[in-house]
Amino acid sequence: MRYLPHTDADRRDMLRVIDAPDIDALFADVPEAARLDAPIAGLSHHMPEMQVERHLGAMAARNMTASAGPFFLGCGAYKHHVPASVDHIIQRGEFLTSYTPYQPEIAQGTLQVLFEFQTQVARLLGMEVANASMYDGSTAMTEAVFMARRVTRRKVARVSSGVHPHYVGVLKTLTRFTDDELVTRTPDFTANDDLAELAAAVDGDTSCVVVQNPNIFGQIADLAPLAAACHAVGALLIVVVTEVISLGLIKSPGEMGADIVVAEGQSIGNGLNFGGPYLGLFACRDKHVRMMPGRLCGETVDADGRRGFVLTLSTREQHIRREKATSNICTNSGLCALAFTVHMSLLGESGLRKLAAINHARAVQMADRLGRIPGVEVVTTNFFNEFTLRLPVEARPIVRQLADKGVLAGVSLGRLFPGVHDLERGLVVAVTETATDADMDAFEDALDEVLA
Amino acid sequence: MTTYTGNRALLLEEPLVFEKGATDRCGVDLPDIPAVSTRLGGLERHREIGLPGLAEPDVVRHFTRLSRQNYAIDMGIFPLGSCTMKHNPRLNEKMARLPGFADIHPLQPVATVQGALKLIDELATWLKKLTNMPEVAMSPKAGAHGELCGMLAIRAAHDAAHDAAHEPPHDVHATAPLTAQARGARRIVLVPESAHGTNPATAAFCGYAVENIPADARGRVDLAALIARLGPDIAAVMITNPNTCGLFEPDMIAICDAVHAAGAYVYCDGANFNAIVGRVRPGDLGIDAMHINLHKTFSTPHGGGGPGSGPVVFSAALAPFAPLPFVRKVRDTYELVEEAQALASTDHDHSFGRMVAFHGQMGMFVRALSYILSHGADGLRQVAEDAVLNANYILRSLDDIYTAPFAASGPCMHEALFSDDFLEGTGLTTLDLAKAMIDEGFHPMTMYFPLVVHGAMLVEPTETESKANLDQLIGAMRSIAERMLVEPAATFKESPYLAPRRRLDETAAARRPVLTWREPEGLMAAE
Repeated sequence: MRYLPHTDADRRDMLRVIDAPDIDALFADVPEAARLDAPIAGLSHHMPEMQVERHLGAMAARNMTASAGPFFLGCGAYKHHVPASVDHIIQRGEFLTSYTPYQPEIAQGTLQVLFEFQTQVARLLGMEVANASMYDGSTAMTEAVFMARRVTRRKVARVSSGVHPHYVGVLKTLTRFTDDELVTRTPDFTANDDLAELAAAVDGDTSCVVVQNPNIFGQIADLAPLAAACHAVGALLIVVVTEVISLGLIKSPGEMGADIVVAEGQSIGNGLNFGGPYLGLFACRDKHVRMMPGRLCGETVDADGRRGFVLTLSTREQHIRREKATSNICTNSGLCALAFTVHMSLLGESGLRKLAAINHARAVQMADRLGRIPGVEVVTTNFFNEFTLRLPVEARPIVRQLADKGVLAGVSLGRLFPGVHDLERGLVVAVTETATDADMDAFEDALDEVLA
Repeated sequence: MTTYTGNRALLLEEPLVFEKGATDRCGVDLPDIPAVSTRLGGLERHREIGLPGLAEPDVVRHFTRLSRQNYAIDMGIFPLGSCTMKHNPRLNEKMARLPGFADIHPLQPVATVQGALKLIDELATWLKKLTNMPEVAMSPKAGAHGELCGMLAIRAAHDAAHDAAHEPPHDVHATAPLTAQARGARRIVLVPESAHGTNPATAAFCGYAVENIPADARGRVDLAALIARLGPDIAAVMITNPNTCGLFEPDMIAICDAVHAAGAYVYCDGANFNAIVGRVRPGDLGIDAMHINLHKTFSTPHGGGGPGSGPVVFSAALAPFAPLPFVRKVRDTYELVEEAQALASTDHDHSFGRMVAFHGQMGMFVRALSYILSHGADGLRQVAEDAVLNANYILRSLDDIYTAPFAASGPCMHEALFSDDFLEGTGLTTLDLAKAMIDEGFHPMTMYFPLVVHGAMLVEPTETESKANLDQLIGAMRSIAERMLVEPAATFKESPYLAPRRRLDETAAARRPVLTWREPEGLMAAE
């Protein structure tokens, strides 16, 4: 048992110091009916490293990896190249095996990284302040809706049909149990989502309007008119971004008038990991900072006057405020935030802009090629690195057939919106810097073939 | 002495990346941008973003220097009570990075991710058997999120029972507003005073009012007071077991029976499962739901504040309300049930819905299963025994000098609770003692928690510390206490002296928050 240092002699010596006859004596408070006197039956016994590697390696080998062939999935999780130094740094034990920085004098490494992270996130999203991260984009969005209720003291949240249906699903779950009222809608299968309708509908009872940009189809839009409509009646505009690389190329939500911006930060520094752990980004205006959920790192000085960083404004949080806290969140996504900050520091602004431009150009190339296949229509008009096709047949079986041919082709709208008849022919395709010309050839040929 | 650089040999000062980098410097080589006509609809981002970059050598150096200002388990004992800072095996890291786990997309066709679903199913099986609970929800992202999952299931179960008795069932996603307040009479959740702050925060989030239940003189839930408070207005009781005083609740079975008899549910905060894994199955105590912090008991790294992972086990009574999605094995194939439509005629037909996009913390699942397989059922039992042995060794080695409020009532579980009563009259407190530990090269214990003990110091060594490591910690804690009792208080009020920073002004930080870096005024004016 390689992780347990004691010898039997150590255990005997320690029991002597404790003055306990045996280890069972230390568990005397456990009711007799619940005591187990042997290892639980039906479970394996300890294994050497080699055997664990074989066991887990066999499971890993049964999965088709994103890098094994042509890959075009997005919809909230994106495959980008992460530089080797990112993984090296997050595996440094001083970061990997430290805790939430409750003792700031010996956690300045984590705290300074969080301060850098908050600054990078705020600037990327075009906002004034960002927190130290949330679990993921979907939970961040739900927290944003609750924050808007606290700020406006209103409870109607109007959610655009372009928001990721999983995100809307999380919000629906939690608002069943709060007094928020949700107004949601299933999308039409067109490039124009419901922004104009939302601008017309927002009223004095509306706490917030929630829109995603680029939206679930990949469509991008100018949100400034909607922001103006929200502000005219005192509602907040919450903007969701699931692909943050887009912000190296397209106008930030902050520039378009958002009041709260939440995002999935996975694209920068973090791998696909089958959906988690990911990185929730949360940013807002200075005036609302005391209503924010989550940890915040702030600058201060030490007793010698040197600059240092601490967790701050914790009177919003559960460990101080208990049932009156702004959120119950405690652990967040610290190590994923570190990965984001390392990758962002490698890219810098020029690298981010170039990376974004490559993504866009590759997506434009792919859309043009797929759009030439007979019966295939590109629905999305303006987009970043993700667009939606209308196929002549239901998309979900096509995705499976393409997977059999070694092409992971995209996300079918039928999977995201099951039972919605109009959408079943939709296929959302994401193209990043990792797609090669050969990958694009393979996708085009395979789709052409299965549709023929 | 002062130095030109501000550095002190290996203690290296490091400016912010914003003070070192340049927006036109890049540490990544990218291919050329293909020439296309863009499709951005006039939405190009023109204004400067303000994101400086560094070349790769300087990035590696920047973060390496920062890392050295952190304490970590890899450097020494990290006895934060209630946090279970045990060794993080590197095999876990290696396994989580296998491309078959790390490089798969959550929305790939399920036929292409059968191994990943098998892993989730296998971990779920372990968690169910270790707790003797029939169901587990894998998607919660951390402990507090798991609490939310458990309490939502309880709320959903009560609402369903109330609706069945009082009104026709209706579509839960209908537009008609539901009230925040729980439906029916069950509007109160009882929480011990010693609970983690997340417990009352979670209960309030679910629309419940929170009432405290008192502890008895032995640091346990006052059974008589609890039973007296139970009634038709109580929805649930949230209990941490072993509790935050580091003690097992000996009346747990009686508590569960009484709560069930009153028509309520028992939520168990599983933060301290490390003390009992393999020795006690919480299902045998009668609980209805419990989250398991994979980043505590099952050794996934804390990473400076996450990511965590908080699967929740459920009793048969709550299982139908468990969230989506979940993995289901049908003959030799693993299915992923993602949508409510697929639930008809399954035993999950009351699912309260989705808690996160996608399926949970896969990266943490791999690490946790790697750890579980390494230990096995026999090793996990040894984990609990050694964790409890180590805590008792600390308790009995220091209770002659440190005040140990509950030591007289018998052994502790995995953490030893002390208070600063023994410092009365010195002008020194738990905070000063914690800061003195920093100078001795230790991360301090948890301070001022649980709230039921004045000046609490909660020491959780975990099972991965050797006797020699414990002896060194005990020696240092004894030495600090002895010195505090005789030396001038002023010496200790100033500690730490030797850390990268002296005590930081937290009041100033909160009064005038500086939460992002902004260019110094002079530079702004020069633009």
